[in-house]
Amino acid sequence: MTTPIPRVMVPGSVRKNEVFTVKAIIQHQMETGLRTDSAGKTIPRKIINQFVCRYGGLEVFRTDLHEAVSANPFLEFQLLATENGRLEFSWREDGGATYSLFHDILVT
Amino acid sequence: MTDWTRRQIGGLIGGALLAVAAPHIVRGQGRAKIVVIGGGIGGATVARYLGDMKSIDVTLVEPNSNHVTCFFSNLYLAGLRSLASLTFGLETLAEGYGITIIRDSAVAIDPVGRAVELRGGTKLSYDRLVVAPGVAFKFGEIEGYDEAAAKIMPHAWIAGPQSELLRRQLESMEDGGVFVIAAPPNPFRCPPAPYERASLVACYFKQFKPRSKILILDAKDKFSGQELFQDAWSRHYPGMIEWLPSQFTGAIKAVDVAARSVVTEGETFRAAVANIIPAQKAGLIGEKAGLIDASGWCPVDPVTFESTLQPGIHVVGDSIIGGDMPKSAFSANSQAKACAFAIAASLTGSPQFPPHLFNSCYTFLAPDDAFTNALTFAPEGGRIKTVKMFISKVGESAEVRRRTAHHAVGWYSAFTADVFGGGS
Ligand SMILES: Cc1cc2nc3c(=O)[nH]c(=O)nc-3n(C[C@H](O)[C@H](O)[C@H](O)COP(=O)(O)OP(=O)(O)OC[C@H]3O[C@@H](n4cnc5c(N)ncnc54)[C@H](O)[C@@H]3O)c2cc1C
Repeated sequence: MTTPIPRVMVPGSVRKNEVFTVKAIIQHQMETGLRTDSAGKTIPRKIINQFVCRYGGLEVFRTDLHEAVSANPFLEFQLLATENGRLEFSWREDGGATYSLFHDILVT
Repeated sequence: MTDWTRRQIGGLIGGALLAVAAPHIVRGQGRAKIVVIGGGIGGATVARYLGDMKSIDVTLVEPNSNHVTCFFSNLYLAGLRSLASLTFGLETLAEGYGITIIRDSAVAIDPVGRAVELRGGTKLSYDRLVVAPGVAFKFGEIEGYDEAAAKIMPHAWIAGPQSELLRRQLESMEDGGVFVIAAPPNPFRCPPAPYERASLVACYFKQFKPRSKILILDAKDKFSGQELFQDAWSRHYPGMIEWLPSQFTGAIKAVDVAARSVVTEGETFRAAVANIIPAQKAGLIGEKAGLIDASGWCPVDPVTFESTLQPGIHVVGDSIIGGDMPKSAFSANSQAKACAFAIAASLTGSPQFPPHLFNSCYTFLAPDDAFTNALTFAPEGGRIKTVKMFISKVGESAEVRRRTAHHAVGWYSAFTADVFGGGS
């Protein structure tokens, strides 16, 4: 039912060998599969179960998410600026759908 | 449960006030003089309930000739209600309850000489003063956001011209635009209202500007009724509303009025229409009269609503530090009744009973989908504490929600009649 909206916040440019912060959020209900609807039927689980970040094609950050994670999961992590390149972000949902974003980073 | 709470408050408390206090009043030196500053929800309620008593002379000071209710003003923004239907005059209080209404603003209070000075120069002496000025904005906390900026990026957090401005902007916005709502830090007037606003504007967009988006930049990391809102947003407006917590944006730092953009620590967001709801504090007269503490709000005794800083002055409504009570119209009305009772009791030498305090709010998610809460409160250890609480749940049937939306409309007319007199 939800239409997840992913968003990241990354600096546009970073100095070489500097550590920079990446923030990632997705608007998502994280339906736990433990609730029932008004007719008493169980609402099936639908959560974002994995988040991956690649830098220049290389996987640099990955995390699994579980039912206990709140709606709109927010992640913050740090990376080391090595070279100009593309940061790719993807969120994987139960059922196999993925939501992706990319961001080109300038290393000076 | 909501019905029970609503009737209870209008019927029983008003009744109790008259039954207990009225017969005991014996005054040698004429009628007690009560001055009330602010003819909004809290002030009008105090005036009305004290005005009912023959032995008390009530003067109400309010600069505006009409009060436009903030509650239901989000329905107006969505085009679902006229502003006229949310506007109330103070005539009924004057005519029906013998209250003297003065169209002016209080500019100074002399707590020792027990007098209030008005902008027009008039001085009013009082036996007891009630102050109910609502909220003021902490302009300047967001760089570039001041009263002039609010004429371009409205807050619409005091209903009236600000609401009209925001409605006009939403109406003239092109389809596909982004409506940015900057939601304030706690504590602020009506915790669910920024999100109710997002819901109802989304309802308007869905029908008239379906490619438009709503972006909420929050000063907080969570908000009141979050689960209920997010469930509704995915059901009614999938993909339209995005909410970014403060931990993501690093909070709002500034606005650029010319560019219509909102600057956060991490990024600048361009808006087609921007609604900036600033951080809040007690109404300005509170500052001048020494009624506020370091928090920016007015500490009060939770039984009598008398200021703990200035004896003889009572404060009700959004301006107070209300403990567990949210800053809502229902709370202001409930506090005002307790305060009127306390004043009547002290003037008559009657015993002071701890008040029963209530709050019940209706929040619209769509025109036929509303949720509600109902809470009772009592003073405990110098603070107002929650006693019982009910709140709607995610997963309620459409029928339950439709009924709640219907109750809300009934509540509105009963409640405004209670505050401004007439009706019911
Ligand atoms: C969008 C929105 C939706 C809301 N929805 C709800 C809802 O559904 N339910 C609910 O219970 N509450 C709701 N509220 C909250 C509610 O409107 C307020 O909590 C309520 O108005 C508080 O009453 P008050 O008397 O403290 O202040 P107000 O009603 O604002 O009254 C203050 C009055 O004091 C006057 N004043 C100020 N300074 C002076 C002075 N120096 N001299 C003389 N007069 C002065 C002002 O002109 C004003 O008329 C909502 C608020 C907003 C913004």
